[in-house]
Amino acid sequence: MAARGHLVGALMFLIAAAVGPALPDWAVSLAAIAFANALVVLGLVVMWRAGLVSFGQALYYCIGAYAVALIARWTGFTDAVALVAIGGVGAGIVAALVGFLLARYREIFFAMLSLALSMILYGVLVKTESLGSTDGFSVATPTFFGLSLHGDKLILALYWLTLGIDAIAAAAVGYYFRSIAGALAAPIRDNEIRVEFLGVSVTGIVHGKVVIAGTLGGLGGALAALTIGHVDPAMAYWTTSGGFVFVTILAGAGSVAAAFVGSLLFEAARSIAVDVMPGLWQMLLGAVLLLTILFLPEGLGSLAARVGKRGEVKR
Amino acid sequence: MSEILAVRDLEKTFGSLVAARDITVSIPAEQTVGVIGANGAGKTTFINMITGHLVPSKGTILFENKDITGLPSREITRLGISRSFQVAQIFPTLTVRENMVVAAAIARRGGGMLGAVTTPVHSPAALAEAEATVELFQISRYADTPAGLLPQGVRKLLDIGMAVVGWPRLLLLDEPTSGISIEEKFDLMQVVMSALKTRRITVLFVEHDMEIVGRFADRVLAFYEGTVIADGTPEQTLGDAKVQELITGVKARSAGTSHV
Amino acid sequence: MLTAFAIFADGLVYAAYLFIVAIGLTLIFGVMKILNVTHGSFYAFGAYGAATAVGIYANAGWPAALGFLFMLAFGMAIGLVMGVILERGLLRLVYGRDEVIVVLVTYATFLILEDVIVLIWGAQSYAAYQPMVAAGNIEIGDLILSNYDLVLVALAAGLAALAYWALKYTRYGRLLTTVIFDRETAAAFGINVTVVYTATFILGAMLGALGGAVMAPKISVTLGIGVEVIVLAFAVVAIGGMGSIEGALVGALIVGICRAAAVHLVPQIELFVIYGVMALVLVVRPYGLFVRARPRKI
Repeated sequence: MAARGHLVGALMFLIAAAVGPALPDWAVSLAAIAFANALVVLGLVVMWRAGLVSFGQALYYCIGAYAVALIARWTGFTDAVALVAIGGVGAGIVAALVGFLLARYREIFFAMLSLALSMILYGVLVKTESLGSTDGFSVATPTFFGLSLHGDKLILALYWLTLGIDAIAAAAVGYYFRSIAGALAAPIRDNEIRVEFLGVSVTGIVHGKVVIAGTLGGLGGALAALTIGHVDPAMAYWTTSGGFVFVTILAGAGSVAAAFVGSLLFEAARSIAVDVMPGLWQMLLGAVLLLTILFLPEGLGSLAARVGKRGEVKR
Repeated sequence: MSEILAVRDLEKTFGSLVAARDITVSIPAEQTVGVIGANGAGKTTFINMITGHLVPSKGTILFENKDITGLPSREITRLGISRSFQVAQIFPTLTVRENMVVAAAIARRGGGMLGAVTTPVHSPAALAEAEATVELFQISRYADTPAGLLPQGVRKLLDIGMAVVGWPRLLLLDEPTSGISIEEKFDLMQVVMSALKTRRITVLFVEHDMEIVGRFADRVLAFYEGTVIADGTPEQTLGDAKVQELITGVKARSAGTSHV
Repeated sequence: MLTAFAIFADGLVYAAYLFIVAIGLTLIFGVMKILNVTHGSFYAFGAYGAATAVGIYANAGWPAALGFLFMLAFGMAIGLVMGVILERGLLRLVYGRDEVIVVLVTYATFLILEDVIVLIWGAQSYAAYQPMVAAGNIEIGDLILSNYDLVLVALAAGLAALAYWALKYTRYGRLLTTVIFDRETAAAFGINVTVVYTATFILGAMLGALGGAVMAPKISVTLGIGVEVIVLAFAVVAIGGMGSIEGALVGALIVGICRAAAVHLVPQIELFVIYGVMALVLVVRPYGLFVRARPRKI
């Protein structure tokens, strides 16, 4: 079954990559940002399975983004692949450090402490005038293995890079979910005491999840920074985190694919809503979130699964 | 017979409250030991110290000649001591089989945290181990039922099965029959004890029902006010004058049946 | 010396503000175990309501003191209405779900209410400085303080005293203490938890709106004020211990003084210091200063 999942997943990524050149620039760029953000959502899914929600994933998102922007600015090094890797590793290291504090907490404390940590970064960046305070600064144009690209070629290259990293991340997270540490998510949510008495450190497992989610957040932020071409402190702001949580709840933690589909739909809906009914975007978000929680507790992904199951029965 | 567990001068205090004191016990391998005593006599405290849930205030615990005093519970589990709980500790959203697979996979893994990330949970070995244990405890009928929906007796069996799936050498059962109706108690203990015998596990079990203690234990420890007041064969301990006065007498029996 | 006094005075005023916004949050958490993100909306609605009220009384030419009371009453009335609607209409439906899910419900409500503000009051900012001006200033040595700030401190002190008295000596207060301490036992003793919940939520909502109303003259009432408040109030409550009233008081004082010190000495770290203090406290006391972790019994 896992093999079939891999095949379907690989096919989806290939299709997404193939349609890229046929789409207008704005659509490719929107999809690239959506798929970059999907990495953050994927990290939230890893934690959500264990019953943990972070309201501060923007911390890692912002670290990944600023790492890329600062290295390009200070050293002139602009290789996209290496920069993104550095963004991911940097955020992962920060996650490993704050994990020592976070892994002791659950539920609301876990959520809100994450939020507070991201607000610390926001506060620091807003007060740092050399980095443009609230305005942020532009990110140098990235190169690809020594190749410099421009215009629609650059956007397409970034889109493909994002898809490539997404595919690797999706496979890695899939592998993790099938491992003991990954499979312990539901047991930890259900009964931590039993997990400890089976011989596993719950704190250690949770710490691991924080690091995985942080690394994914950093990769997402790094890719987004390159695609947007600009970084600012709002990337660490709590509304950014809130958006990621929103997509996670909406998509549900049922499958890895839900993170990517959910993120794409979210970005598309946002760009439409901003045109059609500016000023009511948050109300729409809130209403959809409320309805999802009240009527679809497993997320929209579960709706798809339910329809799928019905199909199977008919056959 | 070689000694598997040696407890010396064990003591646990919470502030001015003495929950356990002067406990010195030696247990040979493959013995089945019943532990009796009124509520608050220190039985659970004793088990909690051996399994690392509580750190003793004084004294030492040797398991297979290794000092395990004060180790965290997960390390003690890995050394070969498992336990079950008064209230079954299971994963209610997983099926019985999944509960057992998770427990089996954890028990078989090596290499600490890295091992947990790199070992798949559904390895053929873990699946086989889980299946065998489900059968051993005669709960195959419920294998695909979510554990949260199980009847009380099956819950208990699952709880004990999860403790046994990793092949421990010492098992501590904290009131295996609590919450079970009187008619079912004997059958349940029969299943549990024969399963443990086939795996040659040394057992320490806390029990309020003296008939069950007399029937299944090779040896009985009687606790009173935090310490052991009698230690011997079931006949010796249950026949002890002090035990009859303080534990098995009418007063204590009423306290014993209202276990919380 | 002057700086030290200024830090103390500013810190006290800021602490008063923090306490007023945090007390409602911690009360609702203590009793209902709900981290109520909508608290930020109560604050914002209170502030917008107060700005409207100030507009009304300034036009009518009422005396300042009456105007001030009218402003507070108007703000709290909005809190009352919102509290009733939210608790009866929405939260009731999610009692018993995961704590985190309930937080998300309040977060979703907060998002909706942010846009409701735009629908009612538009996107422009409001100034409601009249009460502040009417109160005038006082000189203490070389330091000039606004009388309005002194009123704020007095109000916070009054609230703290009132909460202390109410929890200790009134029937409802003792009911609350029982529920905070042990919900199951409280229910077993025949306390009507549903009624206690409704009353507590409404009270918390009114306190949140009161916070916004008293702050309206000091700030520019504009979009996004609710966001800041909820994060700040959480920091205060987390330091003191969630659900603890005295914790909220001590947390507010700590954060207030630390922030004032930062503003006067190293202004760059103003925002950082609040969360820095929080992280520090939590490293030492994971559940805040006034709450002890209870180990689970097995």
